[in-house]
Parts: sequence; structure tokens; C-alpha cells
Amino acid sequence: MNDLVLSLFRLGFLVLIWLLVLSVVGSMRRDLAIGSRARTGKPSARELKKNPELAEPEVPARKAATSLEVVEGPLAGSSIPLRGQPIMFGRAQDATVVLDDDYASGRHARLFPQGSRWFIEDLGSTNGTFVGDNQLSRAQAVEPGQRIRIGKTVLELKA
Amino acid sequence: MTEVQTAPVPRRNLELLLVLLALCVGGAAFYLVGSSTEDVDNTDFYVQMSILAGLSLTVHVLLRIFAKYADPVILPITIALNSLGLAMIHRIDLAKGTSQSARQLLWTAIAIVIASVVLWAIKDHRILRRFTYIALLASIVLLLLPLIPGLGVTINGARIWIRMGMFSLQPGELAKITLSIFFAGYLSSNRDLILMAGRKLGPLQLPRLRDMAPMVIAWLLSIGVLVVQRDLGSAILFFGLFIVMIYVATARISWVLIGALMVVAGGVVAGLTMGHVTRRLDVWLNAFDPEIYQATGGSMQIVEGLFGMADGGLFGTGLGAGSPYRVPLANSDMIIASFGEEIGLIGVSAIILLYMLLISRGLRAALGSADTFGKLLAAGLSFTLGLQCIVIIGGVTRLIPLTGLATPFMAAGGSSLLANWIIISLLLLISHNSRRPKTGGVGPTDEFASASTTLTSSTKAVTKK
Repeated sequence: MNDLVLSLFRLGFLVLIWLLVLSVVGSMRRDLAIGSRARTGKPSARELKKNPELAEPEVPARKAATSLEVVEGPLAGSSIPLRGQPIMFGRAQDATVVLDDDYASGRHARLFPQGSRWFIEDLGSTNGTFVGDNQLSRAQAVEPGQRIRIGKTVLELKA
Repeated sequence: MTEVQTAPVPRRNLELLLVLLALCVGGAAFYLVGSSTEDVDNTDFYVQMSILAGLSLTVHVLLRIFAKYADPVILPITIALNSLGLAMIHRIDLAKGTSQSARQLLWTAIAIVIASVVLWAIKDHRILRRFTYIALLASIVLLLLPLIPGLGVTINGARIWIRMGMFSLQPGELAKITLSIFFAGYLSSNRDLILMAGRKLGPLQLPRLRDMAPMVIAWLLSIGVLVVQRDLGSAILFFGLFIVMIYVATARISWVLIGALMVVAGGVVAGLTMGHVTRRLDVWLNAFDPEIYQATGGSMQIVEGLFGMADGGLFGTGLGAGSPYRVPLANSDMIIASFGEEIGLIGVSAIILLYMLLISRGLRAALGSADTFGKLLAAGLSFTLGLQCIVIIGGVTRLIPLTGLATPFMAAGGSSLLANWIIISLLLLISHNSRRPKTGGVGPTDEFASASTTLTSSTKAVTKK
């Protein structure tokens, strides 16, 4: 093969490998939300008319809960300030709130913040965690005033 | 922070297109290698390329069946890197009269088959979480295997190999996967405990002493690997992996600082007292000293690599036209230097960009994943790939001391190829699970949702830098 052709091939190889790099980058555009088709942010009125499911429900302003009060149980009357850190309930000594209660499990439940709300989640306890009368099957948001029951202890969020 | 939601689309056709393009790159590399050496008819080219193309398309079809929503660019990039590596190994073979490339092709086939089996057998990465402690046990066994007399062999001063019949394996390569699984499983269960406890010292929240225990164990493990197996590269890899995973899990900068202090302390002590580490440092700092250049185990290798890359310049000498075979281990540790000589800075930057894109897709899969375990696993696995690239490419270019880690997918060596292909199949699975449409009702549980806020805040901290 003559040298000129070979040199052209070699340059062509460099072009080809960069072509691969650029096509990969180009195909990621959509994922990086560049360009009009993958636009994010608020949908326009016309888009809303076409796709009503895009409308975000109006959320009334909520007052963030600032403390957790124990309403019933051995610790009744005490209150725990909420400072944006998750709180764990249970009999285990490493729990944030140690419950001296035969009906509570070692690591019973967990209260954690997300956005402006607090969520309660059962950590696989034996006797379950209740919000109102409903036993938790998955993490659930709690509002101030709702009663959370863990064993003999009843807790309430205060705004 | 609002998450960017794009409608779930499989994008397998795009993947097919990119796979074909990647095969073109590999094929062109093979063709150039073959046509630059006059005496070889190009049968090697057709055989190797058709095997490679067949394997790649098989994986692509498997993805269409088992992981329809997997990330479309991970597979093409991997295939491009793997075939470039094969072409360069073939090129060194032609110059030296060895037959490493046939072996490498065989290992590629084995690796792709095992990666496909992983893809088919696991389907949902979350079941790996059940094997958290088994993974820890497996890692320890894998790391200890080379020390068993009769089974382990010492090659180039490092005792990291085992010999089984005609194959020699580096079990430590697989340990990086099992360790990632263990760290991901352990941290996704115990993150809260580690997060909640601890005293505040200014802006830093210090971890409790007993939460430090796993960290200390990881540190001792790395030091153990360094002392007993004399393998500096793997020691850096394992400890780096642990620091990154705990940082991603907790978003606490204090862990990184403590880890960095431990690295400095360990590094200083090792540099002063351990012969092989001292020599590495010496070779790195005074590479051009004639005495060190001529010493056995001296800087000849790295300096020849630098000369080669300097010879390549911007455009390179062209594939098959340079003399990368003058460098010892030109087809494994120094393969980036070989590429630097033959395709120049322009080509090597493209290769490094391919690595970066691959790692960024892995981290994207971590961001999109709905569960803590998947997030941590994807982040850990992609970081493993990244750290390997930094350690070896930085070593070859004399940015940091050269240590023997394999250049992912390119360097000759079966165990590394196998381990990295398994990593790719796990990343594909995680990205499939994070991108596929969520079927109603079986949404992610909220433990996972709470983890996503932590991860977003930690990634924010990363992107700020």
C-alpha cells in the first residue's frame, strides 16, 4: 500500500475514534436535558391543555413540625425537639429515643425528614407501628396532630 | 431539588448504531495494524473482528431481552476500548512474535459470556444485597488465595496470582466487585447510625469511634495487601473505594479527611520502611537519573514509555508504525504509552474521554437508581473503574508513582478483563432498573427515597468542586 494512502488511513482512524466519542456525547444530550424536547421546568399553558396530568397540584403552605411530644406511655409528657436529623425509636441502646417497653422492638421505627415533611417508617418491628388506626406497611408522611403509636407509647408532632 | 424526569425509552437501536461504530473503530485499528506490517496477510483481521463482532452483537441482543432499558452507551464504549486493546496487543505480538492476542481474545470471549450469565442470572441487582456478608467473606478468601503455598505464585515481585492448570488468575481483581457489594450492603443498612451519632467540631461532624471500626478494618486490609502481597496498586484501589463509598453514603467530608490522613500516615511509613515502595518513589522522582535508569527494576520502563509518547507527538506515528515494543510490558501495564506513541495525544485523549464517559454513565445510573444499595453499588463500581484509570494512566505519564494496576479493558490480562466485564454487566443492570418505567403500586419504598436526598446533596458537594 502506498504511503500517502496509509497516512490518510491513519488520520482517518483518528477522525473515526473522535466520531465515536462525539456520537456518544451527542446521544447523551437527551439525558442531560439539553435541547427543547427534554425541557424541564413548568409546562406552558398549551402543554397543560394537551397533557392535564402535567399540572402540579396546589400544595397549601404547611407549618413544619418543630417538636415531637409523647402523649401516652412511660415517657408521657416529654418532648423531643426536631432538628432535621432522623430519629430512631426502639429498645436498643443506640436508638435516639430508647423505649422501655416490652411491646417495642429493638429497632422499632424511624422518623425522618424529607423536604418540609416528616415521614415515619417501621423498621420491621414485631408489633407494628400505627398512624391513627392504620398499621404502617411502608413509610408514610405524618402531619402535626396525627397520633403515632409504638407499643404503649403514643407520639404526636407539634408545629 | 427537582429530579430531571425524561420519559423512559429503551433506546436499544441507538445502542446498536453505537456498537457498530465501536466495531468500526476496532476494525479500523486492526486493519491499520495488519496493513502496516507487510509480511502478514490479513486473515487475523477477519477472524478476530468477526469473533468480536459476534460477541458484541450477542450481548446487544441479550440486552434487548433482559435489560431493555439499560443505558445505551455503556456497551459500545466498552466494546470500543476492548477492541482497541486487542488491536494493540496484536500489534505488539506482530513485533515480538508472541501470541498474547489470541489469549486475550479467548479471555474476552470468556468475560463476555460470564458477563451475559450475570446479566441473565441476576436481573435485579437488589438480590445482591442478601449476600452482603457472604461478599465480605468471599473478598477475604479471594485476597488470601494467592498466599496459599502451591496455589499462589509470585510474578514480578507481587504475590497476587494463583495458577490453575494453564490459566493464572488474579483473584484480587474479583475482590473489588465483592468488596463493592459488601460496602454497598453494609452502608445501606447502617447509614443512619453512622449519620446520627458523633460530636460536632466546627463545621465537621466527627464520627463516633466505634463507627470508625469498619474504616480501620478496611485500612488494615489495604495495608495487609501492601505488606503481604506487595501490591501497591490494589491497596490504593481498595482504600479509595471504601472512602468514596462512605462519602457517597453519608455526605460527610470528615470521613474523607480522616481517610486522607490515614493514607498520608500509611504512605509515609511505607515509603520509609518498605523496600519496594521506597524504590517506586525513587523511580518516580528521579526517573531520568542514569543510575536509576539502568538499575534492575529501575526507571527504564517508564522513561522508555515517555520517550515513546514524546515520539508520537500530537498525531502519533500511526498504528503499526511506531516502536512501542521497546518498552517492557508494552501490552499490559504500559499499553497507554503504546497508544500514546502510535495514535498520539489526539487519539489518547479520545481514549481517556471514552473512559470518562463510561464512568459518568455509571454514576448517572447511581443517581437514577431508586434504592440505596443500587446507588452505592453503581457509584462504587464506577469509581473502581475510574480509580484504576487514574492510577495506571497517571503512573505511565509519571504524574504519580507507577503501580501495577490493569488499564481497564485494554491491558493484556484475563482476570482484569473478566472482573471489568462483570462490573459492566452490573452497571447495565442497575441502569436498566433505574431507567425502566415504574410500574404502578410497586414504587420504591421510602427508605430509598430518603436515601436519594442524601445522595443528591453529596453529589451536589462533588459537582461544586
